[in-house]
Amino acid sequence: MTDNTIETVSRQSTKAVLKEFWFYFSVNRGAVIGLFVFLTLVLIAFFAPYIAPHDANMQYREAFLLPPAWVDGGNSSFLLGTDAVGRDILSRLIMGSRLSLFVGVIVVVIALTGGIVLGLIAGYYGGKVDTTIMRIMDIILAFPSLLLALVLVAVLGPGLVNAMISIAIVLQPHFVRLTRAAVMAEREREYVVAARVAGAGPLRLMFLTILPNCTAPLIVQATLSFSNAILDAAALGFLGMGAQPPTPEWGTMLAEAREFILRAWWVVTFPGVSILITVLAINLIGDGLRDALDPKLKRS
Amino acid sequence: MLIPTFIGVTLVAFFFIRLLPGDPILLLAGERGISAERYAELQHSFGFDKPVIIQYLNYLMGLFHGEFGMSMVTRRPVWDEFFSLFPATLELSFVAIIIAVLVGIPAGVIAAVKRGSFFDHSVMTGALIGYSMPIFWWALLAIIVFSGWLQWTPVSGRISVMYFFEPVTGFMLIDSLLSDQSGAFGSTISHLILPSIVLATIPMAVIARQTRSAMLEVLGEDYVRTAQAKGLSKLRIVGMHALRNALIPVVTTIGLQVGVLMAGAILTETIFSWPGIGKWMVDSISRRDYQVVQGGLLMIAMLVMVVNLVVDLLYGLINPRIRHR
Amino acid sequence: MKLLTKALAATALAAVLSTTAQAKTLVYCSEGSPEGFTPALYTSGTTFDASSHTIFNKLVEFERGSTNVVPGLAESWDVSEDGLEYTFHLRKGVKFHTTKDFTPSRDFNADDVIFSFMRQKDPNHPFNKVSGGTYEYFGGMSMDSLIKDIVKVDDYTVKFVLSQVEAPFIANMAMDFASIASAEYAAQVEKTGNLDMFDQNPVGTGPFQLVAYQKDAVIRFKAFADYWGGKAAIDDLIFAITPDASVRYQKLKAGECDVMPYPNPADIESMKADPNINMMEQAGLNVGYLAYNNENDKFKDVRVRKALNMAINKNAILDAVFQGAGQVAKNPIPPTMWSYNDKVVDDAYDPEAAKKLLAEAGVTDMKTNIWAMPVQRPYNPNARRMAEMIQADWKAVGVDAEIVSYEWGEYLKRSGTGEHETLLMGWTGDNGDPDNFLYVLLGCDAVKSGSNRARWCNKEFDDLLVKAKQTTDVAERTKLYEEAQVVFKREAPWATIAHSVVFMPISSKVQNYKIDPFGGHIFYGVDIDK
Repeated sequence: MTDNTIETVSRQSTKAVLKEFWFYFSVNRGAVIGLFVFLTLVLIAFFAPYIAPHDANMQYREAFLLPPAWVDGGNSSFLLGTDAVGRDILSRLIMGSRLSLFVGVIVVVIALTGGIVLGLIAGYYGGKVDTTIMRIMDIILAFPSLLLALVLVAVLGPGLVNAMISIAIVLQPHFVRLTRAAVMAEREREYVVAARVAGAGPLRLMFLTILPNCTAPLIVQATLSFSNAILDAAALGFLGMGAQPPTPEWGTMLAEAREFILRAWWVVTFPGVSILITVLAINLIGDGLRDALDPKLKRS
Repeated sequence: MLIPTFIGVTLVAFFFIRLLPGDPILLLAGERGISAERYAELQHSFGFDKPVIIQYLNYLMGLFHGEFGMSMVTRRPVWDEFFSLFPATLELSFVAIIIAVLVGIPAGVIAAVKRGSFFDHSVMTGALIGYSMPIFWWALLAIIVFSGWLQWTPVSGRISVMYFFEPVTGFMLIDSLLSDQSGAFGSTISHLILPSIVLATIPMAVIARQTRSAMLEVLGEDYVRTAQAKGLSKLRIVGMHALRNALIPVVTTIGLQVGVLMAGAILTETIFSWPGIGKWMVDSISRRDYQVVQGGLLMIAMLVMVVNLVVDLLYGLINPRIRHR
Repeated sequence: MKLLTKALAATALAAVLSTTAQAKTLVYCSEGSPEGFTPALYTSGTTFDASSHTIFNKLVEFERGSTNVVPGLAESWDVSEDGLEYTFHLRKGVKFHTTKDFTPSRDFNADDVIFSFMRQKDPNHPFNKVSGGTYEYFGGMSMDSLIKDIVKVDDYTVKFVLSQVEAPFIANMAMDFASIASAEYAAQVEKTGNLDMFDQNPVGTGPFQLVAYQKDAVIRFKAFADYWGGKAAIDDLIFAITPDASVRYQKLKAGECDVMPYPNPADIESMKADPNINMMEQAGLNVGYLAYNNENDKFKDVRVRKALNMAINKNAILDAVFQGAGQVAKNPIPPTMWSYNDKVVDDAYDPEAAKKLLAEAGVTDMKTNIWAMPVQRPYNPNARRMAEMIQADWKAVGVDAEIVSYEWGEYLKRSGTGEHETLLMGWTGDNGDPDNFLYVLLGCDAVKSGSNRARWCNKEFDDLLVKAKQTTDVAERTKLYEEAQVVFKREAPWATIAHSVVFMPISSKVQNYKIDPFGGHIFYGVDIDK
C-alpha cells in the first residue's frame, strides 16, 4: 500500500526531473550538437557493414596508397583514398567507429560497476575497509594513467580486449572516490537513517536508498571517462599495444600510417579527425550534462 | 600516509613487471637462440633463478641503499640513466606548463569577464577541441605542417648536433646560454617549441576552462558585487579581488596536470624523439627491460606523489579556509 | 615572439659560421642508442656502428663494402696442417687512443689480444663479470668450446688452438665481438676499482675515438690522428640519434644529416628523385622466410609444403611489404654470398597447380596458422602485413590460416620449442660464410638449440653441411653448399620469400661511401665536400 504510493510519486518526479533535465540540457547548443553527432556515429556504427562501400580488410592490390577522390590521382570508388596495402580508408573508418564506441561503452561499464561497488563499500562501512580500498586507489592514481595502462597491457598482452581492461582499471578510482564521497555525505541524512530504522539491509541501503541520490556526478564522470577511454585506447593502439592490425581501430590505423606521414597525408589525417570528432561530441554532451545536472552551476 | 602507498607502489612496480610475458634473456639472444646451459647461467647472473619473494626483498633492500637495479640492455645503473634523461623531460614539461598557464589563465579570465562574447565562445570552443585532442595525432599534424610543409622548426632532438658543450645543469635552455656559443640558445628554442606546444595543449585547455568557471563563480559572489557597487574599476576588481580567489582551484588543477604531463610526455617524446624518460619507458617496456621499467615506474610514481603533496600544502597556504581546520 | 625571431636569426647566423669552419664534419642520423661501447657484450648493429666500426679494430677485418676478409691488427696468419692451430702475426706500431682518463705508454701487442678474448672466455677473468658480463656472440657462436687455448708466442705473435676443425674460423675473427681493447687501460682501471669505467669510456685502436655520448640524443667521435691506417678524411663524426625514419628523411633533406640508414620503403621513390640525395642500394646479406614446422603432421608430406609454396604470390609481397626494396628469394642464402646456386629453380606462383597438388596429397579443408613477428627487421619490414597477404593467398587455394603474434621474446621462445605451425622469420649474416646461414638455420643440431625453426632435420642435407664445415678448401666447400641448396629446394622446409635490398640515402656531398653487406655503417674512408 505505502510502497505503491511512493512508487507513483517517484515515477511522477522522475518524469519531472527528466523534463527539467532536458530543459537545461537543450539550452546548451553545443550539447545538442554533440548529441546529434554522437547519435549519428552510433547509427553509423550500428549499420557499419551496410554503409561501408568496401570490405574493411579487402586488399585491392592494384590500388596501393591512392589519394582521396577529390585529389589528382584519386579514384571515386575510394572516397578517402586507400592505405599501404590497398584497403579503403573510408570503410575502415566506418568499421572503426564500432570499435571506438564499443571500447567506450565497455570501459565505462566496467569502471563504473567496479567503482560504484568499491565506493559504496568503502563509504558505507568506513574504517579499515575504507582505508584499504582507498589506499589501493591511491596507488593506482600515483601512476600516470597512460603509463600504468601501458604496463598493464604489456602484462596482459597487446590486444583490444586487454587494452579495455587496463583502461577500465586506471579510470576506475575516480568512480570509487566520487561514490565514496557521496555516500559519506548521504550516510547520516535523515532519509537514510529512517530507512535503516525501518529495517532495510545494508545492500538495500547502499544500492536502493543511497546510490540513486549520487547519480548526477557519476553520470558526468562516466561521460568524461567515455571520451578518455576512446583517447587512451587510440593512444595504446598508436603505441602498438592496443588493437592489433588488421583491426581497423583508429589509433592502430594511425600507427600503421606513421611511415607515410610525409608521402600520404590522408592515411594520417582521417583516422585522427575521426577520433577528434567522436571525442569532441562526447565532451560536448558531457558539458551539457554537467550544466544540466549540477544545481550549483545552474544558476550562474 | 606516503609510506604505505610507497610500499604499494613498489609492489605494483615489481610484481607487474614479473608478470610480463616474454623472457628478457631470450630477447637478448634474438633469432640466434640460446643453449640451456647458457640460459641457466644468464638467469643466475640476473638473479632470476631465486624465488620471486627473495628477488623482491633484495630489490627493496637495494632501494633503501639507493640502488634501483641495472638495465638489462645497457648494463648501466637505472638511477644513472634516469638522471641523464630526466632533465630533458623536466625541461619539456616545465616549458609546457608555463605555456599552458600563460595562455590558459588570461584566456579564461577574459572569457569570463566578457561572458557570452565572441571571444568567450572562441576560447571555449578552442579549449574544448584542445581538451578532446588525441595528442599523438596532433603531434604528427604539427610535424607535417610546421616541419614538413613550412620548414619552420626542426623535426626532433633538443638542439642542433652542430653545437657541442658539456652538460652543466642538463637543462638545454640554461646550458646553451652558459656555453657562449652563438645560436645555441636559438637552436634550443626552435627544437623545444613544437613538442612543448603539443604537450601544453591539454593542460592549457583544462586551465582555461577551469579559470573561466572559477572566475564566473567568484564574479557572482557578494563581495565582488559590493566592490562593483562601490564603483571600483572593473580591472581592479578582476585583478585584485576576483582573480586571487579564482586562482585557488586553478592551482590545484595545475598540480593535477603533472600526471597528465607525464602521460603526455610518453606520446610526445616518442613522436619527437625527445630524449626523456617517457620515451625511455616506452622503449624499455617493448624491450622487456625489467629493471628499467620497475625503477622508472617507481621514480615517476614517487614524483607524482611528491608533487601532489606539495600541491596540497600550497592549497592550504593560499586558502585560509583550509588552514583554519 | 621577438625573442624567437632573434633566436632564429642567431641560428641562421650560426649555420653560416659553421659552414665556413675548416673541420670536416659528417653527421650520421643513426636509428637508435647504442647499448654500450664494448662490442663483445652486445648484439645489435646499432651498437656495433658506434663501437667496433669506429673505436675498435679486429685481428682480421672485412674489406669495406665486401665480405672478403683482409688483414687488420694481424698482418698475416698461418693455419696448421690439421687445421687446428691459427697463428696470427700482429701489426707493429699500432697506437691506442689517448683519452682524458688514459695515456697509453706502449703500442698494441699480443697482451691486448689475449686480454680481449680471455675476458669473454674465462669466467674467472677480472673483467669477465663487468657490465653484466654476458657475451652473446662469443657464447652463441660456441667460441668458448671451440677455442681451446690462446698462446702468446712472442709480443707480436699469437696462436689460437681449436678443439675441432672449423672452416669459418677466420671469418669469425672479423666479427664485432672479436674487437681488441687495451690491456694496459684495463690494468689502469683495475687499480682504481671502478671497473665499469672500462666499458663506458672505451679505448681502442680504431679510426675514430669517442668524445661524448648523450643517451638517446647524440654520440660524438673525432678522427684519431695516429690511426695505423692513416687519419680518416673527416675530422668529426657525429651520430644524431633519430629513431623515426620519416624524421631522418626530413633531416637529410634539411641538410641536418649527411647519411641515414633504413629509409621508409614508402619514401624511396621521392629520395631517388631528389638531386641532393644520392641513393645507394645493394642486396642485403639476409633472407626472409616462412618456415613450416616439419615436426607437425600437417607438413610431413613434402607435397603439402610445395603446394603452399606455389600458392604464395611473392611478387605482390615484394610490392606491398618491401615496396620494391627486395628481390624474390629462391635459396636460403642471398645471391651475394659465395656458393649461391643460381641453377636452382624456384616453385613458381601457380594457385591452380597448388590446389591440384594439395588434392593429390589428400588434403582438404586444411586449417593452420601463420606466426607473424611483432618487430621490424631488415629481412622483413612488416611481418604482419606479409602474413595478411600469405593468408589471403592460401585462402585462394582452400587453406584457412589464422595469424598469430606474440611479443618478440615470447615469439622467440615459443617458436624455439616448435609451438607454431608455420612462421615468418629471417636471418642476417654475421660473417659472410654460408655455414652461418645453412648450419645455423637448417642443421640438425639447430633443432635442439631452437634456431632451426622449421624443425627440419634431413640426413642428406646435414651430412653435406658437416662435411663442408670441416673442409678448408673453398672450391670444395662451394660444391658441397651448392648441392645442399638443391636438396633444400627439393624438400621445401621453408617458403623462401625475399632478400631485402639495403637502401642508403646519402647527401650528394658525401663521397666514397660504401654499403656494408653485413648491415653496418662504416665511415673510415668516407669523405665529405664542404
